[in-house]
Amino acid sequence: MALKLLLRDGLREAMIEEMRIDENVFLMGEEVAEYNGAYKVSKGMLEEFGAKRVIDTPIAELGFAGIGVGAAMNGLRPIVEFMTWNFAVLAFDQIVNNAAKTLSQSAGQFKCPIVFRGPSGSAGQLAQQHSQTFESWLGNVPGVKVISCVDPIEAKGLMKAAIRDENPVCVMESEVFYAMELEITDDGKRTYSFGGKKFEADGLMPQDGEDVIVPIGKAAIRRAGTDVTIVTFNKMVFVALEAAELLKAEGISAEVIDLRTIRPLDHDTILESVKKTNRLVIVDESWPMFGVASEIAYQIQKYGFDHLDAPVTRVNSADTNLGYSSVFVEEYLPNAQKVAEAVKNVMYVK
Amino acid sequence: MQQVLEKVKAPKGGSKKSSFPKETWLTWYETMLRIRRFEERSLMMYSQQKIRGFCHVYIGQEAIAAGLVSALRKEDALITAYRAHGIALAKGLSSKECMAELFGKATGCVGGKGGSMHFFSAEHKFFGGNGIVGAQIPIGAGIAFAEKYKGTDNLCVTMFGDGAARQGALYESFNMAMTWKLPALFICENNQYAMGTSVARTSNVQDLYKIGAAFDMPSEAVDGMDPEEVHNALDRAAKHIRSGKGPYFLEIKTYRYKGHSVSDPGKYRTKDELQAYMDIDPLKLTEEKILKNKIATDAEIQSIKDKIKAEIEEATQFAEDSPLPIAADLYTDNYVENDYPYVRD
Repeated sequence: MALKLLLRDGLREAMIEEMRIDENVFLMGEEVAEYNGAYKVSKGMLEEFGAKRVIDTPIAELGFAGIGVGAAMNGLRPIVEFMTWNFAVLAFDQIVNNAAKTLSQSAGQFKCPIVFRGPSGSAGQLAQQHSQTFESWLGNVPGVKVISCVDPIEAKGLMKAAIRDENPVCVMESEVFYAMELEITDDGKRTYSFGGKKFEADGLMPQDGEDVIVPIGKAAIRRAGTDVTIVTFNKMVFVALEAAELLKAEGISAEVIDLRTIRPLDHDTILESVKKTNRLVIVDESWPMFGVASEIAYQIQKYGFDHLDAPVTRVNSADTNLGYSSVFVEEYLPNAQKVAEAVKNVMYVK
Repeated sequence: MQQVLEKVKAPKGGSKKSSFPKETWLTWYETMLRIRRFEERSLMMYSQQKIRGFCHVYIGQEAIAAGLVSALRKEDALITAYRAHGIALAKGLSSKECMAELFGKATGCVGGKGGSMHFFSAEHKFFGGNGIVGAQIPIGAGIAFAEKYKGTDNLCVTMFGDGAARQGALYESFNMAMTWKLPALFICENNQYAMGTSVARTSNVQDLYKIGAAFDMPSEAVDGMDPEEVHNALDRAAKHIRSGKGPYFLEIKTYRYKGHSVSDPGKYRTKDELQAYMDIDPLKLTEEKILKNKIATDAEIQSIKDKIKAEIEEATQFAEDSPLPIAADLYTDNYVENDYPYVRD
């Protein structure tokens, strides 16, 4: 099926479709209703569903996250939007101490089927407080699931799965990549376009009229390769695909895996790839210490030790607070050159 | 404090004929006696190390639980903080399942997963048992939000202490609850000490009900040592809320006779202050009123005492005899699905 879809539209379609079939699903957050969403993810939803189900909140992350938790415990299925996950830090008591623990504390009596969603990661020159990545923080917490995917149609399918999930699900989106476009042409070619660059990316090919659901907990192979495995997630998939193109020019075939879900983590897909390529580079926009990359490195050294021809290597954002100037942003973030360099290191080529 | 004490000590026409029927008085008495005896036994079992961890008892505050039983409906939801035993019993949980939970047994109300601070019961619409000071305030507003969303006639009672009243979560929740006219009854059980710190030392305004004024939320102070007063205030609040007018805030002034938790000797207050409150003990005064006003006979009171004594004895034996949970249960109830744990070692 030919398709053109932006990430923000995929996410919106997911919410709209689920709200049409389940009266108990509602959306709340800052600017989600009358303003149509700070990043237009919820555009038009107030008009369709009305103020009972698309709710503008005051700027009170702790309060409205908690109201979401209580509503979920009492039979509703809230979608709570944070304008960015940076602001959700104010609500971590409700996410970590309450949403994640309610089922355990009540020995299964009170479920908390809630979606917390918003953009995570750097979005340009936004400086220290607006550029953080939260997958590693929440990936550490038993009781929540964590999704982080910018493939527009798969993000839609994952969002629908998250809304239907009986557990709290944290969905990490991307401020800048809301505008990334996926194009699927009639010949079955799948292409990402962003910032004037285009890369082919394997993935879900939806059929006409299909109710797209992507299961939580499964990674996807965006580009098949034989020499090295690059594991990544969120907008770093785009960086990894760019790196794979650079490496191809040098005769290196890189396999790019998009984790899509951070918790639970799809260890098996990574391990199977490493068994084939014998080399692993992890590209993770989180800070390096105690993060997603560290966990994957542990798993692969433990279960893939005999298959490795080089040390597992990670490319993270720098372990520092991100300053405003463009020089700092360039220095801080992983990019295709840094990833290609890391790959060449594990290939032992100059 | 002195002001509060003067208010609660003021004569309230104890000899005047009560407008409440005999059943109500006996319900109050039985509820308070059950909680008092349950908590006394909890402390005893704690000293024998049958109960471990943090343990916060409700002794002194029982009149509030009594009022909740008579003034609200079973369908109304309730959420409170970690001083939860008395409120859970008032909401209908059995002494057996509560004592077994304190013992960490599989037969406890949450199978040994919560302990003292985290009693829950979906059947009784008792939403916990929250161990983070003030966290239950937005959650309670959310429970009320769901009742309104579903179009029921129920309300949610959200209880918290004087310490929680100064958490930011309260201000965010009060604002949204009023803006959205949620069926939320907020109750501050002001026992005057946030752990060891008095309200006077941490709050510029000591009449905490005045907080409601900033939100135009109807608010009042209530004498929490008298179940009749508590009932009347709850009844006014519930009528207001059920009429669709939105939230109501009650600051119920009370006192805990024991420390913040079992490990707290309570050295931050005087013996005289404690004695002054024990002189107006709600359980003692209610028994006196019942007998003096001939609401019930000595024999009827005695039979309630015998019943509660046997109940607590049976609950303790039940807890003692019950099996511990199995270690594998550590991994259940993190997620609704059972494919857990996620990580290999």
